[in-house]
Amino acid sequence: MNLTVTTMSEWRSKGQTPEVLFWVGSAGSFDDRAKKITKAFVKIMNQANVKFGVLGLEESASGDIAKRAGNEFLFQMQAMVNIEVMNSYNIKRIVTTCPHDYNTLKNEYKGLGGDYEVLHHTEFIYELINNKRLIISGDFKGKKITYHDPCYLGRGNNIFSVPRELIKKIGFDLVEMPRSKKTSFCCGAGGAQMFKEPEKGKQDININRTQEALNMNTKVIATGCSFCNTMITDGVKLLAEGSVEVLDIAELIVKAESL
Amino acid sequence: MFSIEVGSIIFFITLCLSCALFYKNFSKIIRNINLGKSAGEFTDKKARWKNVFFIAFGQKKMFKKPLVAVLHLIIYLGFVIINIEIIEIILDGILGTHRILYSPNWAGWYNFLINSFEVLALLVLVSCIIFLIRRNIIRISRFHNKEMEGWPTSDANLILIFEILLMSAFLIMNAADLAMGHVNKDWPGTGSDFWISGLLAPYFHSMSFSSLYFIFKFFWWSHILGIFGFLNYLVISKHLHIILAFPNTYYASLTPKGQFNNMSSVTNEVKIMLDPNSDPFSQPENTSSPARFGAKDVTDLTWVQLLNAYSCTECGRCTSECPANVTGKKLSPRKIMMDVRDRTEQLSKGIDKHGENFADEKSLLNDFISPEELWACTSCNACVEACPLNIDPLSIIIDLRRYLVMEEAGAPAELNSVFSNIENNGAPWQFPASDRLKWKEDE
Repeated sequence: MNLTVTTMSEWRSKGQTPEVLFWVGSAGSFDDRAKKITKAFVKIMNQANVKFGVLGLEESASGDIAKRAGNEFLFQMQAMVNIEVMNSYNIKRIVTTCPHDYNTLKNEYKGLGGDYEVLHHTEFIYELINNKRLIISGDFKGKKITYHDPCYLGRGNNIFSVPRELIKKIGFDLVEMPRSKKTSFCCGAGGAQMFKEPEKGKQDININRTQEALNMNTKVIATGCSFCNTMITDGVKLLAEGSVEVLDIAELIVKAESL
Repeated sequence: MFSIEVGSIIFFITLCLSCALFYKNFSKIIRNINLGKSAGEFTDKKARWKNVFFIAFGQKKMFKKPLVAVLHLIIYLGFVIINIEIIEIILDGILGTHRILYSPNWAGWYNFLINSFEVLALLVLVSCIIFLIRRNIIRISRFHNKEMEGWPTSDANLILIFEILLMSAFLIMNAADLAMGHVNKDWPGTGSDFWISGLLAPYFHSMSFSSLYFIFKFFWWSHILGIFGFLNYLVISKHLHIILAFPNTYYASLTPKGQFNNMSSVTNEVKIMLDPNSDPFSQPENTSSPARFGAKDVTDLTWVQLLNAYSCTECGRCTSECPANVTGKKLSPRKIMMDVRDRTEQLSKGIDKHGENFADEKSLLNDFISPEELWACTSCNACVEACPLNIDPLSIIIDLRRYLVMEEAGAPAELNSVFSNIENNGAPWQFPASDRLKWKEDE
């Protein structure tokens, strides 16, 4: 498997400008599960001959976690450093696989000097398909799937239909959980919860959500966020190890199209 | 004629007193809301009015639960429409007249109006009974969380009982009026029986005219005094939402729910820190640092956040959708809003007693809301989405977290290591920043 990944500084030394910046994000760079999603998305972009750049070592944490945890200082420090780097490359368009970074880059960098068009990777893939740059054969006909809305993509930014459209294009039969779209139930990772033990309670949030997803009796649970993916994967391990796959939409496409 | 004049005078004084009392107490609520800090500019008036129209008037978000929404709509329409009758009641009260707006020339219209009021009154009555059953017999769980113990539960029941009594008084008053016409042909009627009270009236036919007159007057006075009482009850009740829902939806945030505000006070400091030309030891001359970063008490919140608290009617939809609460954590977004109102009221009493610079040893954080509640939040916005009035408990949770983290270094230990990892390696984990592109090599 050969991935073509070019950094922004490499593009610059070639004297070229890529069409989009792929913001990999901290999880996408370091977390083992999230790295697979990063690579799946890169495969799709390679397949569609997308000229994209990454910041590589010049990228730093977006500050989303710091901000949700109340550390506004650290968030703004991170934001301003990242904005300075991105503005030095004259970035206009960003795509990311992380709904949290998507929200932060799109909505919160704006007031600090970073004004970009930001897309979630599902939006970007959708655009590639509409522009006929990526052909989806829809081989998964008749297979049942359920989709978990990441809070920061769905409720947070009103992106509900694009991921669902993609899932349908791949050919899956989408089964909706009782709590979906605007009333979707959190996986338990947001607001910096991913990095701490939950407070005392009766149940872990991810178990509650995973049980709901398992009740749909599908072979696959799809998400569009690596944190949701980790939380639900952990839930599946506890409740029904091996019975269900938890996959990102980018991974679904890679599987469907054998990329 | 003398008795009517005494009645008119008593009525007029009661009317003035109850309006004055309401004005005084409602002004105090506005003063309390203004204890909050500035909330900035409110641009995009069109979108704001749209929210008022659809969410407050149209009750759009109530319709996520259609049955309750219909019952609530009936009570709301009943409240607004039946109150048109108050114009006549007040005029009759002041002038000592009987059904002053009635004239044989528009008897049809008059009867149509009263008939509509009566049908609505009956529907309101039934809806309130259903609501009482839901709360007290079916015991819908969101009405029985811990924060609902005591006054909040009594408050909810009192409002419903109040409405049932008001509607009953209205119908009985009309029935007695019709019966008087039946017993004494000289009693001025309106030409026909009303739809609902007409069904009640025959039960009164065996009574004497003077008893009926007493019943009529008794319920006429109970009805209007009940309304005056209810008006003044609003200011100490969760029922205040019938007024504040409108400004609350107007001033609610229009930005995507995922977007949190950037603190400008922090931006100033960060710019100084990142500017290579700035002298780190010099104090900026013109910029005054804020008293504190984040919120420790209600006076650190914005006035919109305080308006949110006074608008909350404690329906608990937020809490019933909150993933932390559903899984048994202490956090309840409704309790956050109730705490903000309770703490503001506590300060308000202090200000009334000791003047506007009143301060006490208490604060919203710790005395009302514990860090354990705050750290259980996943910032998922389910509460904000659930609120029929666009109240935003999440923004308050984050402002309190900001204070805990930036003023007291009070984050949970795991998060403190996340902070130092981000500072040192640019990622929440302890990987060296130089490994950031390694993902493309390893298989």
